Amino acid sequence: MQRRSPFLIATLAFGFAFLYGPILLLILYSFNESRLVTVWGGFSTKWYAELFRDEQILDAALVSLRVGVFSATIATVLGTLSALMMVRFGRFRGRLLFTGMITAPLVMPEVITGLSLLLLFVALETAIGWPAGRGVDTITIAHTTFCMAYVTVVVRARLAGLDRSVEEAAMDLGARPLKAFLVITLPMLMPALVSGWLLGFTLSLDDLVIASFVAGPSSTTLPMVVFSSVRLGISPKINALATLLVILATVTILIAAWILWRQERERDRAVSQALAEDKGRHATGRRA
Amino acid sequence: MTGAAGPEAREQAERTWASPGASPGGPDRDRPLTPIQRLVARFGRGLVIATPYGWLLLFFLLPFIIVLKISFAEFRLGVPPYTPLVTWLEGGYLHLKLALGNYLFLLDDPLYITAYLTSLKVALVSTVIALLIGYPMAYAIARSTPPWRSVFLLLVILPFWTSFLIRVYAWIGILKNNGLINNALMALGVIDEPLPLLNTEVSLYVGIVYSYLPFMVLPLYATLEKLDVSLLEAAADLGSRPFKTFLTVTLPLSLPGIVAGSMLVFIPAVGEFVIPDLLGGADTLMIGKVLWSEFFSNRDWPVASAVAIAMLVFLVVPIVIFQHHQQQHADRTEAG
Amino acid sequence: MIDTVVPQGPAARPEGSRPGAMQRRAEAPPIIDIQDVVKTFGDFVAVDHVSLTIREGELFALLGGSGCGKTTLLRMLAGFEQPTAGRILIGGQDMTRTAPYDRPVNMMFQSYALFPHMTVEANVAFGLRQDGRLPRARIRERVREMLDLVQLAPFAKRKPHHLSGGQRQRVALARSLAKHPKVLLLDEPLAALDKKLREETQLELVCIQERVGTTFVVVTHDQEEAMTMADRVAIMDTGRIVQVDTPHALYEYPNTRFVAEFFGTVNLFQGVLVEDEPDHVLIRSDALARPVYVGHGISAREAATVWVALRPEKIAISKQAPDTPHNWDSGIVEDIVYLGGISTFHVRMDGGALARVTMQNLERMAAPEITWDDRVYLSWRHDNIVVVTS
Repeated sequence: MQRRSPFLIATLAFGFAFLYGPILLLILYSFNESRLVTVWGGFSTKWYAELFRDEQILDAALVSLRVGVFSATIATVLGTLSALMMVRFGRFRGRLLFTGMITAPLVMPEVITGLSLLLLFVALETAIGWPAGRGVDTITIAHTTFCMAYVTVVVRARLAGLDRSVEEAAMDLGARPLKAFLVITLPMLMPALVSGWLLGFTLSLDDLVIASFVAGPSSTTLPMVVFSSVRLGISPKINALATLLVILATVTILIAAWILWRQERERDRAVSQALAEDKGRHATGRRA
Repeated sequence: MTGAAGPEAREQAERTWASPGASPGGPDRDRPLTPIQRLVARFGRGLVIATPYGWLLLFFLLPFIIVLKISFAEFRLGVPPYTPLVTWLEGGYLHLKLALGNYLFLLDDPLYITAYLTSLKVALVSTVIALLIGYPMAYAIARSTPPWRSVFLLLVILPFWTSFLIRVYAWIGILKNNGLINNALMALGVIDEPLPLLNTEVSLYVGIVYSYLPFMVLPLYATLEKLDVSLLEAAADLGSRPFKTFLTVTLPLSLPGIVAGSMLVFIPAVGEFVIPDLLGGADTLMIGKVLWSEFFSNRDWPVASAVAIAMLVFLVVPIVIFQHHQQQHADRTEAG
Repeated sequence: MIDTVVPQGPAARPEGSRPGAMQRRAEAPPIIDIQDVVKTFGDFVAVDHVSLTIREGELFALLGGSGCGKTTLLRMLAGFEQPTAGRILIGGQDMTRTAPYDRPVNMMFQSYALFPHMTVEANVAFGLRQDGRLPRARIRERVREMLDLVQLAPFAKRKPHHLSGGQRQRVALARSLAKHPKVLLLDEPLAALDKKLREETQLELVCIQERVGTTFVVVTHDQEEAMTMADRVAIMDTGRIVQVDTPHALYEYPNTRFVAEFFGTVNLFQGVLVEDEPDHVLIRSDALARPVYVGHGISAREAATVWVALRPEKIAISKQAPDTPHNWDSGIVEDIVYLGGISTFHVRMDGGALARVTMQNLERMAAPEITWDDRVYLSWRHDNIVVVTS
């Protein structure tokens, strides 16, 4: 801390305790022998075993994974195109409407999005016979729609920060626009695409409300199962599931952070080395 | 080295490197295009625009139009469970029937008015609390030294990536009658019987603030981090005391972050369903929950649609503020 | 002692290094022909009826302040902007509407625009690979050759962000030269380097240009850089080209007040033409006590308003009054700025104007000391005066 104000340190401590306390408790009680959440009955992993025997939860997890992978992927493609439009295309007809449609899902209450999409699917089915019934497809479409808004925000920020002249350099050296985009722009956008995809995947995996509206009777996602079992009361099995999800997210983020940190350190080292070599070159006299 | 070697060397190089068949010294304008290249050259821009645009028109705008339409229909038993607005009468006449009954019903029944007002109040109070907790946090993170800053930021983002539902669920175990807080207080002898914490307004606020806190901290951090420290030093140098400097320099400059963070908390909180359902009491009826039960329990699609449209009317102003702010921010970064 | 030293201008170009090069280029065919080009952005006229010919093998500089249109002109040569009106011929072919990837010119960007995800080698090879017709062995050979040219062979496998600023600059140069462009466009090629490295790199760029023989068009806002590097310089102001000439001619014979002031430092005195003969003119200025005698004729009407431009190093400063009827005045030393090699005297003339005079410190030490508040006499030769009419 530059200014070690006790007030600021206290706020941080309180804030993080508030954010992490409940999660840590959840993890702790997932290893509780006792069924009663508040009574410590000794260490046990039996809830994990029970979790993996629960077919309903496992099926739902598979549905969620499928929906998550598909919607995150489609959303990444559409979100990248949207970001490209907004940053690179200048004025086009209907830009204002598009800007509205792409930012609104970020804040739109989920009940509204869910209801409106369900009514759309019903109307479409009546009108053209598609989608026949509701299930994984309709959930995927619904999730793609709100995930693409998030992907757009992430990719747009990165795209705006890119040096335009790098693409121009590619074209100057003979690459046609599509090739310049595929060979130069896309690789430079890669970090944003990866984080956009992960964000979309997480949001999809997390969504209860929209999925509840647009899911059919045969397709139940993981949050829907969790929700109905939570409504019935606390279950240590859910604690075990929560622990697994938290650990998964944490490990993924830590690995990503570690890779970034290592790259940065390597770059710093290489640049200082290059500077030293440069100095040597000028010191030994110029050969030109 | 004299300039004399220049042109000759270049000519020789051209002979060596020019690819066979290229027009002498000219550009490769005759390079044949593949069909895909031709397609992209001709329609590339249009294709890029049409795909996401079409998707959003179909899956974002059209659904709202349908909701609007159904909100003017009447409930009926059958599939679909609402009456058509437009019917063909005999003789080819088009008959349009707008049923305003759903909206009148909303106005008539105090349940809905109360639910709307409660939602706005709960969202507003939660936003203020989140701001009061989030601002100092964001400020502390922005003022910390680089390695710590990344760690703190990671800690703020991390809950983002863990299940929202499970984080809300965690509070049940803490707040319920035989939950952690009550057990602890009773063990310490502070209270004799459990405090009613779960299913009250308190638990509702705790849940909302807890869930949306990262949405408040991140935009605040983004603006506070960009704040030039030399501005604060200049203010101090000119004789302003730290608190005064905060009020006159830091706070106004972080206003964009405050607006963005508040909108990111307020707007979704108005329509929140999961938190009021799991943590809120029976007496704090929020509109998201009303819409849910209208749809899933009563199966009254027209009334649910009317509830949604009315909710949107409440939210139009904050949504427009949010979008305006987003656009300004994007324009600034894209221009710079 | 007045006439003993005629100080040289700040031109640092190694003039002797390229015997006859200039004359040959003067006869070389034009490689770029810009014909009456206009470029507007909305209401803003960025480039205003510019016509310009650049000859093969030249090192040509576009010089001007920010917003003068020099970068827009360069980007139109590269094909990133389309002229609103006019034509651009490159190598005799009309390329006004040709896409950047189809033009035989390459550009070195101000930010270098290196591809961050590719190695130095891959960056240099990028342009050569676009054709798809060059065999791999040839590409490798050419990349090697280019990296040797810029002395970066040991760094071939590095990524750009693993290099220092100067090394990145040289990768950008190698990359843009690899395809043997007819013309290399350089957009502020040295702006991102620190002062010392910049000065070294200026001469290095000139050497490389001489070795490869490619026509270079350099955009710069730095007058010294243009002087150091260019064979010819075009000075631009608010979208127009004001004057095109060699650095020497621009410095010695500016055609407007703008050029005189932009290209080096100058003392300007407004006056009226009172005597106009074929072999000399006489100018009377309110700022100067005596008329100015110029040893050559001027194409201007009698009684026309003109400006007398005197370079600070072409004014002699002395404590003794000259005995000639023209071309001197007196004043009081107001300030002395010591700059190492030279000193600058700020002299308040009797007429009220402030004149700047520079003196070599070698000479200053030998002469009787001049100090603050001294009365001094400023004089200049009749053939060291430039008269501009606008």
